[in-house]
Amino acid sequence: MEKFFLGIGIGLCFLVLLCLYRGIFGPTVLNRLAGISAIGTKTLVILLLMGFIYDRVDMFMDISMVYAILNFIGTLAVAKYLETKGEV
Amino acid sequence: MFLKVLSISFMLIGFFFFTTATIGLLRFPDFFCRLHATGKGDTLAVLLSLIGLAIYHGFCLASLKIISIAVFYFVAQPTATHAIARAALRCGVKPWAKGEERR
Repeated sequence: MEKFFLGIGIGLCFLVLLCLYRGIFGPTVLNRLAGISAIGTKTLVILLLMGFIYDRVDMFMDISMVYAILNFIGTLAVAKYLETKGEV
Repeated sequence: MFLKVLSISFMLIGFFFFTTATIGLLRFPDFFCRLHATGKGDTLAVLLSLIGLAIYHGFCLASLKIISIAVFYFVAQPTATHAIARAALRCGVKPWAKGEERR
């Protein structure tokens, strides 16, 4: 079963690299924000898979929860800033 | 054995939705289309993957916490997507129409 988790984790890392293309070359700030938010989503699942692989689920679960909250707050803050500024 | 097969199938479906969301983020022609793909696909994929992991772990406090992460994400990610889309609309980003070139 660890082999299966490892395979899913490696596939998710490859998808993170694909999302990083949108994060680097995206035409405007908003495209970059969407790409970085997608990377944060995949990182949440990768952290939980690491917990299952190393057999330390109870520790990695809290890190994953904090990562989800930080991703949400960060995206919301940048969106609010851009909305107040009024231009991209 | 049955629970293991169930959790593996849940995680494979979740990985499929992650892949489609990433392809949509890369290939769609417009900012709003990209946001639509990644917002919906990633939310469903996180929900399916975390349910699969919780089934594999069995019923205890840890799996309840994993389910609570999934529920939090199911509320939080559409809110964040809506905030980005509203910011883009207030900033004057025009939605893509058929026949225009890719942006």
